[in-house]
Amino acid sequence: MEKPIIPVLKTHDLGISFGGLKAVDCFNIEIGQSELMGLIGPNGAGKTTVFNLLTGVYKPTEGSFYLNGGKMNGKNTHQIVAAGISRTFQNIRLFKKMTVIENVMVALNMYMSYSLVSSIFRLKKYFKQEEEAYAKAMELLKIVHLEEKSEVVAENLPYGQQRRLEIARALATGMKLLLLDEPAAGMNPTETEELLEIINVIRDKFKISVLLIEHDMNFVMKICERIQVIDYGVTIAEGTPEEIANNPKVIEAYLGKEEEEEGVVLC
Amino acid sequence: MSLFIQSLINGLNQGAIYALIALGYTMVYGIIRMINFAHGDFIMVGAYTLFYTVPLMIHQGMPPWIAVFIAIVVCTVVGVLVERIAYRPVRAAGSMSALITALAMSLFLENLAMVVFGANPKSVTGIFNLPYLTIFGAKLQEKYLLTIGIGVLMMVGLQLFVKKTKLGKAMRAVPQDKEASVLMGVNVNKIISITFAIGSALAAVAALMYCSTYPRCTTDMGSMMGLKAFIAAVLGGIGSIPGAMVGGIIVGLVEIFVKVYVAPGWYEAITYSLLIFVLLIKPSGILGKSVGEKV
Amino acid sequence: MSKKKKISYLINMAGILFVFLVLTAVFQSGVLGNRTEYIKGICTTACYTIIMVASLNLLVGFMGEFSLGHAGFMSVGAYASAIVTNVLYQYVIPDGALFIIALLVGGITAAIAGVLVGIPALRLRGDYLAIVTVAFAEIIRVAFCNFKITGSGRTMSGIAKLSTFNWCFWAMVICLTFMFMYTRSRFGRTVTAIREDYIAASASGINVTFYKVLNFAISAFFAGVGGAMYAHYMTAMIPTNFNFNYSAEMLTEVIIGGTGSLTGSIIGAAFLSSLPELMRQFANYRMLAYSVVLVLVMIFKPGGIFGKWEFSLTRLLSRIKKFFKTPPKKQKEEGGSIDGETNYSGTENA
Repeated sequence: MEKPIIPVLKTHDLGISFGGLKAVDCFNIEIGQSELMGLIGPNGAGKTTVFNLLTGVYKPTEGSFYLNGGKMNGKNTHQIVAAGISRTFQNIRLFKKMTVIENVMVALNMYMSYSLVSSIFRLKKYFKQEEEAYAKAMELLKIVHLEEKSEVVAENLPYGQQRRLEIARALATGMKLLLLDEPAAGMNPTETEELLEIINVIRDKFKISVLLIEHDMNFVMKICERIQVIDYGVTIAEGTPEEIANNPKVIEAYLGKEEEEEGVVLC
Repeated sequence: MSLFIQSLINGLNQGAIYALIALGYTMVYGIIRMINFAHGDFIMVGAYTLFYTVPLMIHQGMPPWIAVFIAIVVCTVVGVLVERIAYRPVRAAGSMSALITALAMSLFLENLAMVVFGANPKSVTGIFNLPYLTIFGAKLQEKYLLTIGIGVLMMVGLQLFVKKTKLGKAMRAVPQDKEASVLMGVNVNKIISITFAIGSALAAVAALMYCSTYPRCTTDMGSMMGLKAFIAAVLGGIGSIPGAMVGGIIVGLVEIFVKVYVAPGWYEAITYSLLIFVLLIKPSGILGKSVGEKV
Repeated sequence: MSKKKKISYLINMAGILFVFLVLTAVFQSGVLGNRTEYIKGICTTACYTIIMVASLNLLVGFMGEFSLGHAGFMSVGAYASAIVTNVLYQYVIPDGALFIIALLVGGITAAIAGVLVGIPALRLRGDYLAIVTVAFAEIIRVAFCNFKITGSGRTMSGIAKLSTFNWCFWAMVICLTFMFMYTRSRFGRTVTAIREDYIAASASGINVTFYKVLNFAISAFFAGVGGAMYAHYMTAMIPTNFNFNYSAEMLTEVIIGGTGSLTGSIIGAAFLSSLPELMRQFANYRMLAYSVVLVLVMIFKPGGIFGKWEFSLTRLLSRIKKFFKTPPKKQKEEGGSIDGETNYSGTENA
């Protein structure tokens, strides 16, 4: 018998309300192995809230979600990360005063097991694991082209590099599903191009699935295999980039309003 | 029964003093997010002022409580000076520096008092000479009732000031958004100075109330009382004027009732446990508003 | 272990030994005359103050939370160790062993108290956490004022005098080394990350609560060790010694030295322990001057005198070497401390 294919991420009527206001309602999504999916929608549609739900920052008030078939509801952020979902943030959240390599090594902490005793007596285990973590972190920095900057303090990096460092840090957790919250925001075309390439390399190398929020439609259309559109917390469309680009509902959601954000261009 | 009523009045008296001090903490914290540890010492300054001016008033044939106006002026000057000289320069440097500066100013005032007034406690002679009152067989001091009355009056007045006047509105606007307040034509520095002035003036009134209950002033009287009043402010919800009143009264009542009915040696521990308990259930205090962090 | 690191450890060991020998020589030679014992006492005081201030720095500097109740943990360590040594004193145990037992008992009981306080308290942050630590410390103080075993609020005296300068010096060196190793390990890195951004830290798979409580407990452990040394140096104590003012004083020492810099803590603590001696003629004005200095430091150097800078003997030696080898203009700035082993011994003379 053939085993049924378990999706990497599956949500079932996921929802949350804040004081009676439904920020996300009946959110259903299925992401397959190595799939690259986009989550788009106008400002305030609830995209980041979805990410916060999927990473345990908020606890869902309705529905449930599963990672590789395992229920993730009610788990804390660090438990969800350990299970295999990791993310980047819309407003970059790096450990600003730490160096680039330290930022990545923090995320490798869950693979290190040396004890307090090993650390204060500097036992063999300490050196072995620290060296391994350092090597691993360097490897990840190479992927995002930051290996030259490993000893720079994170807050001194230019904006685009900070975004890439966040990706490297997320990668260090060894996840199965990577959530990218507006990874290309504020980047110039060259940087965006580089980012596209990095995301593709990551997906091929680590065989992971990616869900990304992005306002740069060129970027989304170019990279995503499938796209889901939400507005006012509700899914309004789902399909391939071509289907989405021609979906009247989507066009209405974006163009039917006056307070449309600059830079949102549908192809 | 009579013991109960007596304890109740004692507790309210104590609570009113704490509440008045707590108001000073709450107003300052509400506006610049800083625990003004020196606030307790403003009371000490007020008490010593009373010590020197009350005999003067009696000598002039005036009622002794008139001295409180001199104390108000002295405390206001001290409060505004402390803000101007020590707190304003560190305001941008973060909460840690602000906290340390406040601790340093508290140390400074205490040790200055030690040098100026000496280490021996001073006794402030009868500010209010009022008879005893008997209700339900309980012998009550009328001055306690007066103290409670003054306390309530000050709090209601302050609440009206903050809610109704233009200055009060500006005081509420500054902590919401400093930049926006500046754009709306609010002089933030002036507002902060006024806040300190009002807080310190209240401390002077609290000194009067304290001295009428316990006629003794020492250089370190402010720090311990200040700490408890601050606990009261946090308990009620820091930044909230009604919260300071509620917190002050609760701390006063708990203290007296535990002392009388439960275990005299443990009353402080019980007050602090109450604070911890409340903060763990509602981290912003009884009447405080919670602020979440945006991710 | 790389050869470079080994050498660096050896250099630092030698540095510490040198300081110790110099101090011992000074005490032995009798240069100080009849004040030898007095100065020795101040140096001993400096030793445990350094431990306590450095332990508080684990919270303030590395976790970015300030505790105003550190004296509470100290008193737990002090009383617990005093009670245990009082019991053990009747058996024939060498003083050294008893001293070590006292320190361990003090540290462990304080660490347990740290866990018990930390689990509820660390749900709060910033000023609220500071207030709750005050509350806990006051509760501990009131409890010790009421328990019979701690003297029912009266002075507890007759504690064995175990804290000699030699023992205290080495205990301090060991404690500081442990603290330093701890901060330069995955634990220290994790705690620093939590300070920088706790949301990002948990999104990096870190159990924020666990590491915060761990750090709190370790900080309490060393405060307890300091407390045990205090008890066995003073030989008499009263719960009000460990009041809010003491906690506040320690916090100011941390900040004035530099948050996140163990060097700063050491110099700050050593300086303040010797302040009474330096200003003997102006006893009344001592605290007044101190408070003014504190305000001035906060205004002109908000990060503390040393900021995050750490003294490194290795770095110093390599600079000196370079200075003699190459023309001065070619002196290269030694970037960061990747090899990480910094030494603080050179500044321990109180």
